[in-house]
Amino acid sequence: MTRTPRATASTGLYERRPLHFNPALRRNRFNRLGTAVAGVFAAIAVLPLVLVLLYVLIQGGRLLSLRLFTELPPAPGFDGGGIGNALLGTVIVTLLASLIAIPVGVGGGIYLSEFSGRSRFAQMVRFANDVLAGVPSIISGVFVYGLIVATRLFFGQSYSALAGGVALAVLMLPTVIKTTDEGLKLVPNELRLGAYGVGASRFVTITRVVVPAALTPISTGVVLALARAAGETAPLIFTALFSAFWPDGIFNPIATMSVLIFNFATMPYPAQNELAWAASFVLVVMILAANLLARWLSRISRA
Amino acid sequence: MTSPYGPTGSDLFTLRRRPAAEKFLDVAFHQLTLALAAVVAVLLLGIVLTVFSGAREAIATFGLRFLTTSAWDPVKGEYGAFVAIYGTLITSLLSLLIAVPLGVGTAIFITEDLMPPIVRNVVGLMVELLAAIPSVVLGLWAIFVMEPAIRPALDLLHRLLGWSPFFASVPQGPGIAPAILILVVMVLPIITAISRDALHQVPIELRQGAYGVGTTRWGAIFSVILPAAISSITGGVMLALGRAMGETMAVTMIIGNALNFNLSLLAPGNTIASMLANQFGEADGIQVSALMYAALILMLLTFAVNVLAQWVVRRLSLKY
Repeated sequence: MTRTPRATASTGLYERRPLHFNPALRRNRFNRLGTAVAGVFAAIAVLPLVLVLLYVLIQGGRLLSLRLFTELPPAPGFDGGGIGNALLGTVIVTLLASLIAIPVGVGGGIYLSEFSGRSRFAQMVRFANDVLAGVPSIISGVFVYGLIVATRLFFGQSYSALAGGVALAVLMLPTVIKTTDEGLKLVPNELRLGAYGVGASRFVTITRVVVPAALTPISTGVVLALARAAGETAPLIFTALFSAFWPDGIFNPIATMSVLIFNFATMPYPAQNELAWAASFVLVVMILAANLLARWLSRISRA
Repeated sequence: MTSPYGPTGSDLFTLRRRPAAEKFLDVAFHQLTLALAAVVAVLLLGIVLTVFSGAREAIATFGLRFLTTSAWDPVKGEYGAFVAIYGTLITSLLSLLIAVPLGVGTAIFITEDLMPPIVRNVVGLMVELLAAIPSVVLGLWAIFVMEPAIRPALDLLHRLLGWSPFFASVPQGPGIAPAILILVVMVLPIITAISRDALHQVPIELRQGAYGVGTTRWGAIFSVILPAAISSITGGVMLALGRAMGETMAVTMIIGNALNFNLSLLAPGNTIASMLANQFGEADGIQVSALMYAALILMLLTFAVNVLAQWVVRRLSLKY
């Protein structure tokens, strides 16, 4: 035995251990186990995405045809038809939501970053924004139901596309405000000072210098918020409701793809179930494309 | 030489006076953005007030009995939300129990260099894209693909553990257990993303110090890196808990929306959010008010969890 017990005075302060790697040591076995477990966990985390995408692409892609985009859904028990009204409805409702959420969100973000500093009011708005971001989406639907649908606020109409748009706007707003606020904070202060130095007013400085400099982070946030809103169902079920017909103005109930998936998935008719898969395919492709666009935008803004 | 602003003449050094219109524009812009920022606070207040005023009738009628009774009878007008509250808590807590180890493990896989960067980046991208899949699509998948696929496993669970009240019923399609699994899929990306950011923020000196005194990679992860990141990870887990409680569509489609209380995880159940999604459209009278009451409870639960999460992150974060 060349090894001596630890801390004997004759061998000095340190125990002499072999310096080459010994895979049988407990610490090294534990190390390998940890790596294997992390790998397995990562594989499990990726598995659902792969499976969901696979099924949506196969089940939904099979039904892809021009008719899918141009025809109305069939009556229960009949075959064929498409999701044309729901596709158009999703576009309309999301557009209405962004018409409300983008101006309010970008304006609020400008206030937080450019005018408020660390004031009490700004802290309060930021806190309210964080809380609003955590409010469950179904609550936004309940709120709009109580405020607009039940009170028939819009020309005596109860369920309407506009009510659905407002409900989605409530969900988009926190994201737009937060990304605008944080995007504007990243703009170097020299740009503002330079603009003031050549005699620009505050309004001109913000609208012509600061906001354009932060356009990519802001648009990233807007695209992400849009993608999320387009896929939301819970706020629409009892605000925009559903309709089996083409959209009829923004003060009437409207079909959307997400509500169509919800309604048709639980019906006992195979034709409706297939349309639900097809709508999922269109929705997932749209949303993934928007997300990849947002990632690309944030990459060019960093470069 | 004339100047459009100051007094005319050759006085080049006259200060340019800001015209009234320009000053007005500045002030107006300031006030406009102030008003837009205030919209957020007003909106939050509006949500609380709307839901509360809608719930007032049910609060007056049922009081706190609403929380502990499980009658849901539109004919008699008798309502209690115990089934839904129990379902909300049990599904969100159990799904976190599964999702936290998976999410933190995946975050470690992405941040520590166990694998070449290309593999880590692909895994990171895929987990982020999973967060983008709409809840209703996951619900559709859960109904037609996941639930039939896991039925044999649930059957086995019932046969082995059927003696305990938690697995006492025969699995027949929708139920609490599949709802928990789909919630795991939905909160996993949140936990992974926040844990990844937390691990990225651990200063490199801490890692170098750990390796310098001769520990292994996993020694460093367990005794240095994870403790340094634990506050942000805890905050992220609580945010995920809030999300799981409020998650609606996928759960509604797979949980079975039972009105009767059943302790078994293999039986159909209900959550507050799925109850709202299912009944709100067709409800009237006191039922609307009872649903608003349930919505108020859900809102208070998620509010408490979110505020606690922010507090945890601020209070527990280590200062380097």
